[in-house]
Amino acid sequence: MTTPRPTHAPAAPAEPTRPHTTTEPTATTGPTDWPLWEVFVRSRRGLSHTHAGSLHAPDAQMALRNARDLYTRRSEGVSLWVVPSTQITASSPDEKDTFFEPAGDKPYRHPTFYEIPEGVHHL
Amino acid sequence: MTTIAPEDTGQEALFDATIAADERIEPRDWMPDDYRASLVRQIAQHAHSEIIGMQPEANWITRAPSLRRKAILMAKVQDEAGHGLYLYSAAETLGTGRDELLDKLHTGRQKYSSIFNYPTLTWADVGAIGWLVDGAAITNQVPLCRCSYGPYARAMVRICKEESFHQRQGYELLLTLSRGTETQHAMAQDAIDRWWWPSLMMFGPPDDESAHSAQSMAWKIKRHSNDELRQRFVDICVPQAETLGLTLPDPDLRWNEERGHWDFGPIDWTEFREVLKGNGPCNDERIGRRRRAHQEGAWVREAAAAHAAKHPAHPPHAGTDQEEAAR
Repeated sequence: MTTPRPTHAPAAPAEPTRPHTTTEPTATTGPTDWPLWEVFVRSRRGLSHTHAGSLHAPDAQMALRNARDLYTRRSEGVSLWVVPSTQITASSPDEKDTFFEPAGDKPYRHPTFYEIPEGVHHL
Repeated sequence: MTTIAPEDTGQEALFDATIAADERIEPRDWMPDDYRASLVRQIAQHAHSEIIGMQPEANWITRAPSLRRKAILMAKVQDEAGHGLYLYSAAETLGTGRDELLDKLHTGRQKYSSIFNYPTLTWADVGAIGWLVDGAAITNQVPLCRCSYGPYARAMVRICKEESFHQRQGYELLLTLSRGTETQHAMAQDAIDRWWWPSLMMFGPPDDESAHSAQSMAWKIKRHSNDELRQRFVDICVPQAETLGLTLPDPDLRWNEERGHWDFGPIDWTEFREVLKGNGPCNDERIGRRRRAHQEGAWVREAAAAHAAKHPAHPPHAGTDQEEAAR
């Protein structure tokens, strides 16, 4: 599973809040760095949309068109979602232990937890 | 970027354990600063190579000998643009913005592969690039699909899938020329003569002179050494050249029974270093063209941004499934 990057992540700050650290501005960089969008592709009917990657675009319509050109050049999709990266909220990797801990000690949620005698079928 | 001192939290131990277990590091995981810097350097160079790499081949689009070849070449060059964008997006997950990456390319502070500083003199060069340059790239890239950094590995999976057509179209093109008229055959041979050695240089300096190799391999960013991959490429190419009916320009090329590999002659690393330093045949042309394209596209970026600002609430025509159902 791919991971969209959230806005509050220190490792991947989102576009609008990203500190601009370019040391020497040059003529090649314009003031119009477009926002970042996350792209989700449904590869065929019956499957969920899956995160494919990201791209820059000035607005949602352009993001969709760019996503089509970038992520479905070989008919990889029948449906596309684009989401501003700043709109994604993600769990923090630091809380990985405590946040997901409640599920850790509940093996009885899995069918393999139960012992069934040999010869019992359809169970 | 605020990095908490790893000894306080055991984060470095967690990072090391993740690498040791052959699992992937994801963007928001703690990682050593050098790991991050190493990845940014490598992914950026890779992305820049895809973008600059569009130029030598695009040079022949208007003069492709048939509509079939033209459509193929356009699709290939479009793919290179796509690959550059996948890679920029992977680099951005490390906290380096797109504009910063482009700026560093335009000002020469980040490199691209030295191979793209050679000119494409004839139509056969399109074939030689596909077969040799993309072939070398694939040999390099396949192991990167298992790179320890998740977003880079995922981008490489996508790229490798798409690259295989690039290599095959080049091989087919050369085969057609090789089996054509005498002049066409000679043109194909000339292209291979010029592209063979620079393609071998694409794997980077020999292992004992490679600045970043050892650390990159310890971090499982790289899985094989430069020389190992170079040898693999030579072994693959020799029989392929034979089928083409063309020769590789190396008098020292011979099968080594003992090693089970093809021996090949010495590489001119002086040439490699000169091209890397900026003294290749096309360095100025490539970077000049890239800067110009970026500058000339400024008004388009500005217009699109202005349009977006004017229509902030411009609704997309369909939302998610749930939103659709709620309407």
